[in-house]
Amino acid sequence: MGTFAYFPHTEEDIKVMLERVGVSSVDELYADVPQEFIHKGEYDLPSAMSEEEVRVWFESLAAKNTRLKVFAGAGAYDHYTPSVIPYITSRSEFLTAYTPYQCEISQGTLRYIFEWQTMICSLTGMDVANASMYDGPTAAAEAMRMCVACTRKRNTVVASSALLPSVLATLRTYASYSGINLVETWDVAEAVAEGTLDLAGVIVPSINRFGIVESHMGLSSLVHEMGGLLVEYCDPSALAVVKTPAEWGADIAVGDGQSLGIPLCYGGPYVGFMACRNEWMRKLPGRIVGQTSDADGRRAFVLTLQAREQHIRREKATSNICSNESLMALWCTVYLSVMGPEGMRKLNAICYERSHYLQSQLLATGKFTDPFEGRPFLKEFALKPLCDVARLQQVLLDNGFFGALSTEEGYVTFCVTERRTREDIDALVKVIKEAEL
Amino acid sequence: MKYYDKLIFELSRPGRSAYSLPEAGDFKPAGSGVWRETPLDLPEVSESDVVRHYTNLSQMNFGVDTGFYPLGSCTMKYNPKINEEVVSLFNGIHPLQPQSSTPGVKAVYDFMDKALAEITGMKHFTFLPCAGAHGELTGLMLIREYHRSRGDAARTKIIVPDSAHGTNPASAAVCGLDVVVVKSRPDGLVDVEDLKPLLGPDIAGIMLTNPNTLGLFERDIKQIAALVHECGGLLYYDGANMNPLLGVVRPGDMGFDVMHLNLHKTFSTPHGGGGPGSGPVGVAERLVPFLDKVHVSGFHGNFGVIVRACAYILSLGRENIKLAGRLSTLAANYIKESLKDCYKLPIESVCKHEFVFDGLLEPNGATTLDVAKRLLDYGFHAPTIYFPLLFHQALMIEPTETESLQTLDAFIEVMRTIAREAAEDPEILKGAPHNAPIGRPDETLAARQPVLKYSKQ
Amino acid sequence: MSKVIEGLLYSESHEWVKVEGDLAIIGVSDFAQAEMGDITYVDLPSEGDEVAAGEEFGALESVKASSELYSPVSGTVEAVNEELESAPEKVNEDAYGAWIIKVRMSDPSELEALMDAAAYAKIAE
Repeated sequence: MGTFAYFPHTEEDIKVMLERVGVSSVDELYADVPQEFIHKGEYDLPSAMSEEEVRVWFESLAAKNTRLKVFAGAGAYDHYTPSVIPYITSRSEFLTAYTPYQCEISQGTLRYIFEWQTMICSLTGMDVANASMYDGPTAAAEAMRMCVACTRKRNTVVASSALLPSVLATLRTYASYSGINLVETWDVAEAVAEGTLDLAGVIVPSINRFGIVESHMGLSSLVHEMGGLLVEYCDPSALAVVKTPAEWGADIAVGDGQSLGIPLCYGGPYVGFMACRNEWMRKLPGRIVGQTSDADGRRAFVLTLQAREQHIRREKATSNICSNESLMALWCTVYLSVMGPEGMRKLNAICYERSHYLQSQLLATGKFTDPFEGRPFLKEFALKPLCDVARLQQVLLDNGFFGALSTEEGYVTFCVTERRTREDIDALVKVIKEAEL
Repeated sequence: MKYYDKLIFELSRPGRSAYSLPEAGDFKPAGSGVWRETPLDLPEVSESDVVRHYTNLSQMNFGVDTGFYPLGSCTMKYNPKINEEVVSLFNGIHPLQPQSSTPGVKAVYDFMDKALAEITGMKHFTFLPCAGAHGELTGLMLIREYHRSRGDAARTKIIVPDSAHGTNPASAAVCGLDVVVVKSRPDGLVDVEDLKPLLGPDIAGIMLTNPNTLGLFERDIKQIAALVHECGGLLYYDGANMNPLLGVVRPGDMGFDVMHLNLHKTFSTPHGGGGPGSGPVGVAERLVPFLDKVHVSGFHGNFGVIVRACAYILSLGRENIKLAGRLSTLAANYIKESLKDCYKLPIESVCKHEFVFDGLLEPNGATTLDVAKRLLDYGFHAPTIYFPLLFHQALMIEPTETESLQTLDAFIEVMRTIAREAAEDPEILKGAPHNAPIGRPDETLAARQPVLKYSKQ
Repeated sequence: MSKVIEGLLYSESHEWVKVEGDLAIIGVSDFAQAEMGDITYVDLPSEGDEVAAGEEFGALESVKASSELYSPVSGTVEAVNEELESAPEKVNEDAYGAWIIKVRMSDPSELEALMDAAAYAKIAE
């Protein structure tokens, strides 16, 4: 006792505490537990490690992973992380705080969430944003549920088959248990126009799973005519240059904040965002921060509109979400502050220029054709391989690249962010050109 | 803490920037009609503006590293720093990389699956859920999947105690289950007699947190498990209150079939101002085949959080784990016994990691809210207040095992001082906090006229 | 002590009903508004919605609470008090003046199940 860094109790301390409580041993405090349930003997766990042993344990595991140059996207993008971000998010006042229930000593958290909400509204063009969701796919699932809640009693949600596989899989799971009729289709407009559906909403990608920037001209008026809501699933980094959900006439915008400088980290933690038009504000799930003032007139921020939430409304709440991804929302907020409007535009210009360069070089190898000729893309694109895909992927891996993700339709996708230099691209192309595929 | 009134937008000056990118030509995309036309309104600030602004914001925040944080049901234990350090080793790995390139990642998941199974008595875990409530939802989906697989579609109701965390009924509703409430007895435990008539062929299962939200161990758990299983239902364990059982009791041994853990509570990962968390869900053997069927998030869950929890388990080891839960229970009972002469203890009983007072013994007009706000003046975070709903003035206190006797004594002393202040001059409490960056804000105004984003004057 | 007005009918869930022919004008009692505290939002149905006796038709929200509104009668919503959308505090200020919906009743005999002022005063203490 007293030799473990995280337990401060000395033997003397424990004696004092036991005395105050009036028991002779700590185990007496478990006398109300049926004794057959008290775990006896040793747990089958490793012996306690020192800090250095823990460090070495992880370093040796990490060394087993292959470091690859990432030319893949599909919902996780390898953008650069400005060094100020981890510096700020590791400040323990942010890192070790709980949800800002005691607002008087949580103004730091509340203010950055307010800034995040504002920036999400700027990117999407929506009126109101919440404090964050778990990730993009779960935000899409919440949007699907929100469509049903907003249209009362309507129950069908149409999802574009061109959404990311991770999004579709999550939508299917949520729909399957909440009794929502989820219809997946390649031709959303056609499905909606038929008019036979009990339509609550439509979910379409701003940029689809093939990297194509989609046109949703006329879609919102069609969806609204049929009594539903339009949801756009977006990449927030790309929203700096692609048409916004508001410009397409959408009611709800969702997506994953990962592209705003969050490390890939094998898929998480990332952060979902969710925003909507004012009309639907009271149906928006999750925490929302609002501005008010204290008795002395000082500007103050609080969690507000809480009557929507599970801790008050229990089974009638808009969602069951409690913890969200607050620290990752801070991550993105700092990112957008660092980048500013010019940085975001420039970043996308680089991605656009380099991805188009890679595409032309890959086509020039003669090993691919372009199934989507003339369709606009930004940083990710799909090609039809004229070679063995498994072999292609293995050759890339063997040469330290991760790319050519296969899609169900038999295409492969590549993604180029600003972290991939012209030299990286040339090296990748050289490998493909020279390989026997 | 000092008041700082800026928002990042108010520091913005056109032409200023903090980004660092290679040179690039202007963005001139081919095609038209799909590109943004609305100007993008983001702050234009320098790097030092950004650093100072967020440093100033951080100084209006209270974290576990600032001081004692006895927030009930939230398990605000110390967040070890080595856990933070090791995460960055995995930053560059894409979630869709083939397993052949990520054996180190797989080893972390495999270790955690085995360790959590050993600690909880479950068979296997899914790591997809990103938080506790997300885990609840996932666990309930697994319960439904299990019943479906047996062709038993009639089980559409789930039993939830009236003392349950609000997420329980909310998760059930999202999962398409109807909530049936079982009452608590005057001693705070689930009323088995009230439970019996609720059981039948329409019951999918019961959600329990044990110890419950009053910090009391459901001592009839064996009988409850037998009754629920007998009617064909399953038992869900809400792991939000797992901490006192860490290294003492395994939910699987008590008869639970499905459970979640909050890695950000029991396994020491930081709360981050409300996430990211991680809510892995464990199941008994008969539910293992369904684990792959519930795709509840994008990729593989919050891997970064799982790494931190893994580091914590390695540090604890089989030796220290046996003390974690026990010391948290000792600390809670110590505070309870030290304060029950000035705060109302509605149920006299040994508690586990937390307990609930029903306000001041002699309030003299001061409410639980007033006590909470006055605590802030003395440099402590407040307990959870007005929950559970069983009492009107609930103050729910959870100290955890990482606080020293000196810290507990200092807290007890302040709580006694506040009780004395209430008796002598309750206005001190009602005006609190006096030393925080702001006083109590007008929450009614915030809800009636919502201002939810910044707009230029 | 909360106010109870003679001549109105009351439900156990604290709604009041003023009857004008087959039209039921519905609000919440003074007791209900006092229990809620400062009301921040009134969730209203739409005109033309069908309501059934005992079923939810909307909700009152305060900062820390939410309370569902139950229709004491069945019928069609003929009017909603849209003023409450921007001024929910009217319910606090004058619970009996701030009507919430008007329902064209399909079965006025349902009124018999409601309480008169004297009976309601006993439960609204």
